Amino acid sequence: MSIIDPRKNYEETREEIGYVTRKEATLNDYKRIGFKSGLEVHQQLRTKSKLFCRCPAGIYHDDNDFDAEVIRHMRPTLSEMGVYDGTALMEFRTRKEITYRINNETACTYEVDDTPPFPVDREALEIAISIALAARMNIVGEVHITRKQYLDGSIPTGFQRSAIISVEGELQLKNKRVRLIQLSLEEDSCREVSDIGHKRIYKTDRLGMPLIETVTYPDCLTPDELAEAAEYIRFLNRSTGKVRTGMGAAREDVNVSCEGGSRAEIKGVAHIRWIPELSHNEAFRQYALLNIRSKLHKNIEDPAAWSAKTKEITEREQEFHFAPVRSALDRGDRVIALNLPGCRGILSHFTQPGRIFADEISDRLKVIACIEKPNMTHSEEIAGGNFNNLFPELAIWLSADAGDAQIILWGPGEDIPTAIETVEERIRLAFAGVPNETRKAFEDGTTMFERVLPGRDRMYPDTDSQPIAVTTEMLEKLGRNMPVDVAKRFLQMKEWNLPEDTWHYLLSKNLVVLVERISNDLGFDPREVGIMIGHRFRSLEGRGRVAAGFSYERLYDLFAFLKNEKLLAPVARILLPAAVAEASPDFKSILAGTGLHRATMNEIRDEAKNLAARFPEVCYNGNMAGMEEWMMGQLHMKALGTVRLSEVRNAVSELLEVRD
Amino acid sequence: MAEDFFQGYKGEALAVLKKFNVRVWGQADIETTRGLFKGTILPRSENNDDLHIVIKIETGYNIGIDIATIIRMTETGYNKANYKIPEKEFPYSDDKPNVKLFGTGGTIASRLDYRTGAVIPAFSPGELYGAVPELADVCNIRTEKLFAVFSENMGPDQYKILAKAIGDEISNGIDGIMIGHGTDTLHHTAAALSFMVQNSPVPIVLVGSQRSSDRPSSDAALNLIHASTAAGHGDIAEVMVCMFGPTSDEYGFLHRGTRVRKMHSSYRSTFRTIGDIPVATVKRGEVKPIQKIYNPRRTDRNVKIMPYFNENVTMIYFYPHMKADMIHSLIDNGYKGIIIVGTGLGHVNRELYPALERARRENVAVYMTLQTIWGYVHMFVYETGRDMMAKGVIPLGNMLPEVAWVKLGWALGQTDDLEEVKRIMLTPVNGEITEREPYNGYLVYQGGVPEVEEFIRRVHK
Repeated sequence: MSIIDPRKNYEETREEIGYVTRKEATLNDYKRIGFKSGLEVHQQLRTKSKLFCRCPAGIYHDDNDFDAEVIRHMRPTLSEMGVYDGTALMEFRTRKEITYRINNETACTYEVDDTPPFPVDREALEIAISIALAARMNIVGEVHITRKQYLDGSIPTGFQRSAIISVEGELQLKNKRVRLIQLSLEEDSCREVSDIGHKRIYKTDRLGMPLIETVTYPDCLTPDELAEAAEYIRFLNRSTGKVRTGMGAAREDVNVSCEGGSRAEIKGVAHIRWIPELSHNEAFRQYALLNIRSKLHKNIEDPAAWSAKTKEITEREQEFHFAPVRSALDRGDRVIALNLPGCRGILSHFTQPGRIFADEISDRLKVIACIEKPNMTHSEEIAGGNFNNLFPELAIWLSADAGDAQIILWGPGEDIPTAIETVEERIRLAFAGVPNETRKAFEDGTTMFERVLPGRDRMYPDTDSQPIAVTTEMLEKLGRNMPVDVAKRFLQMKEWNLPEDTWHYLLSKNLVVLVERISNDLGFDPREVGIMIGHRFRSLEGRGRVAAGFSYERLYDLFAFLKNEKLLAPVARILLPAAVAEASPDFKSILAGTGLHRATMNEIRDEAKNLAARFPEVCYNGNMAGMEEWMMGQLHMKALGTVRLSEVRNAVSELLEVRD
Repeated sequence: MAEDFFQGYKGEALAVLKKFNVRVWGQADIETTRGLFKGTILPRSENNDDLHIVIKIETGYNIGIDIATIIRMTETGYNKANYKIPEKEFPYSDDKPNVKLFGTGGTIASRLDYRTGAVIPAFSPGELYGAVPELADVCNIRTEKLFAVFSENMGPDQYKILAKAIGDEISNGIDGIMIGHGTDTLHHTAAALSFMVQNSPVPIVLVGSQRSSDRPSSDAALNLIHASTAAGHGDIAEVMVCMFGPTSDEYGFLHRGTRVRKMHSSYRSTFRTIGDIPVATVKRGEVKPIQKIYNPRRTDRNVKIMPYFNENVTMIYFYPHMKADMIHSLIDNGYKGIIIVGTGLGHVNRELYPALERARRENVAVYMTLQTIWGYVHMFVYETGRDMMAKGVIPLGNMLPEVAWVKLGWALGQTDDLEEVKRIMLTPVNGEITEREPYNGYLVYQGGVPEVEEFIRRVHK
């Protein structure tokens, strides 16, 4: 029997589907595979309390900083429409024991589901409505709290309390519109501490903090559009000034599919800059799965009748005493060999950079059967080395055909039935193409299976809470303090002639409004102020020179101080390093410390004359053409703060003309 | 009966639905001043206002539409939901014990009630098996729905029906009894059955849940598994309450029906044995007695059913400066027995004395229990106590107030002779008065103390 060369197969199949890296990819590549993508943007709101109890929001603890633990198991329940949700049943199969760590400072009996919810936090509700108004969505008349089931244990109730605030809206990006499906207000979930075998540990500090989820239609046709939409939503949320920032405060779920594929949801992407690579690879993964589907259909006549042949490897099968089997048996695990008819060339088929189809199986063994990796080996291991020598022997033992592939898996006895089911199920899903999954993101741009994608069947009305009316008066009141539209902010920055490299920073920190106020209230040029903040201040911030507790409002104070001192904007440049180094800077003494001289126009003119006279001494090569620039350079610092450079130049030019 | 096309809608909202000819479960496009909304019209809870219409939108969420904003509604389809727990026939196997599950209502299995927006109980062996298939690994279960009432609506009539039904099942050779019950008055029913079903040869286990089974983290399934283990396999042939030990999904307690009380409005571990330790712990497949003495399972069928109850029995919670008219009005209204829940060691104020004297004159039985829940009535310690005893008030030791109320009703249901009633009251049937309170029978630790904090960090409460 010929041995397959898995590495070659991996490379060939990557060629076959026409995988290109993101750098190489062109618009045509995305058209070819039918890239389609949308977003679910989660944004924590800056409130004092959590959403359904009065625990403080925004306090985080270390993993081992807890006062007590509670253990729970999750069971699937019926939806309101009377059916079980697919994910729910899968999660139930995994039989996880969930431990919640409670710190008395941040969790009460509500977090561990021993007390029904208290009325929704009004502050959070109002912020959510404000953002819905800013996105110009259709706001509901009555907010209904809904339970969205999550059986992974990330919420001790087994569901997330969530409520729709608004539906339908539109974002205007540079070259396209992206439609919004809905915006909901919901409670945040637990943070995972660990997940090993059948035990998963969570901490409850973040649990219950209010966040909003903005969901778009899958309107983005390239990874870059997707990132742009994510940025836009981030700017929109931040424009209210009432959302949290920092690590984990904003998280994106990215929905991706390719033509003929299915929606896969990449969960909890912490950085927008990761989105393009992840969505790119996911679309190609789906494209690869479609290729696998057609190969399987070619190899296997009757997919409905397909099943794997299994045979247990016990101590007696001495011929298989190679490392993984040996150590598994020594641990007391059961070891199962499976023959997968018609799967030759499938296991080592390319799926993602550095990943093959066999990884999809191994990932599911970890998640569904709770068997830690390494949990299997197979006849098409790329890094398999000498293991591969064993598989021809195994194939004979399993009476396999040349077109088959083999897997050896191992795990605790009680997990083996689920494990075998899981392998068969994944192959059967491959006959259909792309399974609906939520996937976990990795920094290298690849993803792995996390859960079966839940459907609408997991929604259930929250029988513990009352609907909340959103009255017209409420909308009018909240509408009065609306932030300016993000699209308008872009236009505004363009009008100010601000360099584009300041835009992103100013929007993401919600500083455009500050520039506007400094300009409107104090009469400074918005371009000058924008550059001062968007370049100079940002650079100080980036280098960690800004004191903890320094509020952006101090920048306003700084310019107000300059106006008061009748100084020009450029002075800010020399004051900034000292000013931002303290939370409450004393501008007056900082200014004194610079030794700034308040030159008058007459002083500048006199100095210009002196300089002009000195130039021939300074200029060794006798080239008089450099005179004007040299004089400007000398006068620049002298004029700083009181005389505009344009006026200095005029004075110098005049002087030189007269001399000519 | 004509189909109700507008379930729960009333007033203005109903008028709007009728005006645009849109039904509940109809799919509708709703144009409003706040934009277009699409979804399925859902029934509305009767207790909510008549200013909003509820719809389920495509993503599965429910939202309300303010009728004042509605410009137009168009029905585009119709799709009535059919809520049903999947019914599967409960499998039978010869090698498993036979357990009968009586349903009374409560949240063991439940479904959404659109009328009130709350959950209502659902119950049949098939539904139960569909929801908790593991039960089939424990025992053979047959079910019978005796009533469908919330716990707070249970009362003497239901106690009597239950007792007789249990008696019949025992005569027919059942191996164990389970009773599904709402939790609020679970301990009242447990006490009633302790008195009405005596000398049972098999376990009688009352079980409920603190989180309804429509929630993934419900305690219902585990409680049912524990209860069926105790009923089918356990050796303790008493009336017991089976509920969570800690709030964690770890083990259950079997509490003696006469010593158990609901102690927290919402915790899963709400039921506690008062003034003693529980009879046993129960885990999947294992009942572990922690009381040394209990009534063991027997093979005979010599159960004694005593379904008696006099409903003219009441309970009064004493407060400072209570007026005698509180007692007088009870006597005026024909009450034959009064349980006083007194302060401290069992006291009321002097102002009540004349009324207590009248109660004695008019043959009304008056018994004393404690607001402190833990401890014994000690009426010899203070003069007040002695005064009251002289006026015919009888101390009930460490009998819990709710248990005393049940027992007095049961005793007066058997006889009018107050001496006989006294004999019945003071003769424990199954631990309602204990001779001693063990040191570990009263454990209400307080947080904040280092050693307690250390303990609850390690041990699941």
